[in-house]
Amino acid sequence: MMSSPAGLRRTTRSATTFFLLLPGLVVLAGMFILPVAQLVIDSFSDPAGALVHYQRIAVVPVYLLVLARTFLISAITAALCLLLGFPIAYRLAHSGPRVKAIILLCIFLSFWTNLLVRAFSWMVLLNPNGIFSQALAFIGLGDQIKLVYNTTGVLIGQTQILLPYMILPLAAVMSRVDPTLMNAARSLGASPTRAFLAVYIPLVKSGALAGSVLVFALSLGSFVIPALLGGPRDMFLAQLIEFNINNTLNLPFASALATVLLAATIVLYWIGDRWFGLGQVWGGR
Amino acid sequence: MTGSRLASFATSATTALVCVLLLLPTIAVMPLSITETNFVTFPPRGFSLRWYETLFTSDAWRGAMVTSFITAALTTAVATPIGTMMALGLARLKGRWVGIGNVFILLPIIVPTIVTGVALYGLLARLGLIGTIPGLVLGHSVLALPFVVINVAAVLQKFDRRIEQAARSLGASPLTAFRLVTLPNLLPGVAAGALFAFLTSFDDFVIALFLAGIGAVTLPVQMWSGIRFEISPAVAAASTVLLFMSCLLLALQWWVKRR
Repeated sequence: MMSSPAGLRRTTRSATTFFLLLPGLVVLAGMFILPVAQLVIDSFSDPAGALVHYQRIAVVPVYLLVLARTFLISAITAALCLLLGFPIAYRLAHSGPRVKAIILLCIFLSFWTNLLVRAFSWMVLLNPNGIFSQALAFIGLGDQIKLVYNTTGVLIGQTQILLPYMILPLAAVMSRVDPTLMNAARSLGASPTRAFLAVYIPLVKSGALAGSVLVFALSLGSFVIPALLGGPRDMFLAQLIEFNINNTLNLPFASALATVLLAATIVLYWIGDRWFGLGQVWGGR
Repeated sequence: MTGSRLASFATSATTALVCVLLLLPTIAVMPLSITETNFVTFPPRGFSLRWYETLFTSDAWRGAMVTSFITAALTTAVATPIGTMMALGLARLKGRWVGIGNVFILLPIIVPTIVTGVALYGLLARLGLIGTIPGLVLGHSVLALPFVVINVAAVLQKFDRRIEQAARSLGASPLTAFRLVTLPNLLPGVAAGALFAFLTSFDDFVIALFLAGIGAVTLPVQMWSGIRFEISPAVAAASTVLLFMSCLLLALQWWVKRR
């Protein structure tokens, strides 16, 4: 059968496809899939028992605290991004080309500024002698509110860095809402508030949830912002991983922590894709 | 009606506030670098280019910039052809392979960079490549590959396959048709992918933190130690250089896409 022209053509076609994919597959398999798999295997292979490192994570209070704080601060970050991101996404989706262009410019200028640069800039802006603290002092709150090297600093930084990941998917879903539906609700006697709550919100809910899951997942793996804007009590999982590699040289334990982070991230993306159409939001842009 | 006007005002006010919040750190960092003082302060005091002088004359900073440029250039050279081939290959897949291929190529974006960094550290430590530019290039290529594929695939989607078929029916061999017809049409996507690859490598900090060692310190890693040990205005000068690179590459990309 292989010698028939159609069969031969099909074989050549598959061979070409395989040849085109091969170098990329080799790089991704060798430099990404295998090392990550090795990391997961390493985390379970201790002479003292497969789960030694995981038991240590589950038993030592400090590690549990770091895990809990990473999840908590990430959840608050996602909520803040939704709160601040919703209005701007609405304007981005439903305004004229000029407003749209301005908003997109702000998002992309911020998005493409190096993460470390933005963190450094926030350190200077929020520090006790910086403009924000001086403004707070001016209205008489200077001594009460510290803006950096604490949870406040982490939340400000995380929200600013992750806002684009909320705004863009949310605006993509909002721009697909058919405006005649809102008009229909109004003409049937619904107040603007009622039309918004009963018609608009249900239509964009998937976008808001997809954006929240995305921001939460990205926040879980954050390293730079908590390291530079947080205090000693605001340590994130990623900092604990880095510490165990560069300071205590405990690669197996770092691997176990990284496996926990990896598992949490994969579960989140799976939930986001399965229930909130994260994949479609991603592809739809 | 006043209720909806109030809602509209609140939406606009929040939009303006968020726009300021988004831009503020990007804009504030530039003036920090021209201060005369030995410490970072906002607003800056006086005007001096001494911190740029430090950046371009001190061995540590200049070395880091050179390492960053070499690594980014090599990463671009590795990731662009491989990513372009991969995008062409993925476009030929059918049925369930399409979904599998898409997830596979997005994995390096989905997996937290810190996890990839630790995994690569484990591998490259075994190979003795920590603290070397080839080690960094391998790591950055993994990060850059999805961006090249996405950019080429975006152009490929809009590409009219019939032009290629026309060339074939006029007697061109598959390779000739590809070289003379498909490739020139894909070039904007390939160029955009290459710029993305360069920027991904130039901007990366987390992978480099694990792989740079002491032998291949990149600009962001040098900035990191600059921030950690003493907040010197040289960090602000380095930030301005990174910012300039981003703007330059994005402007180039915009120009490529318009053509």
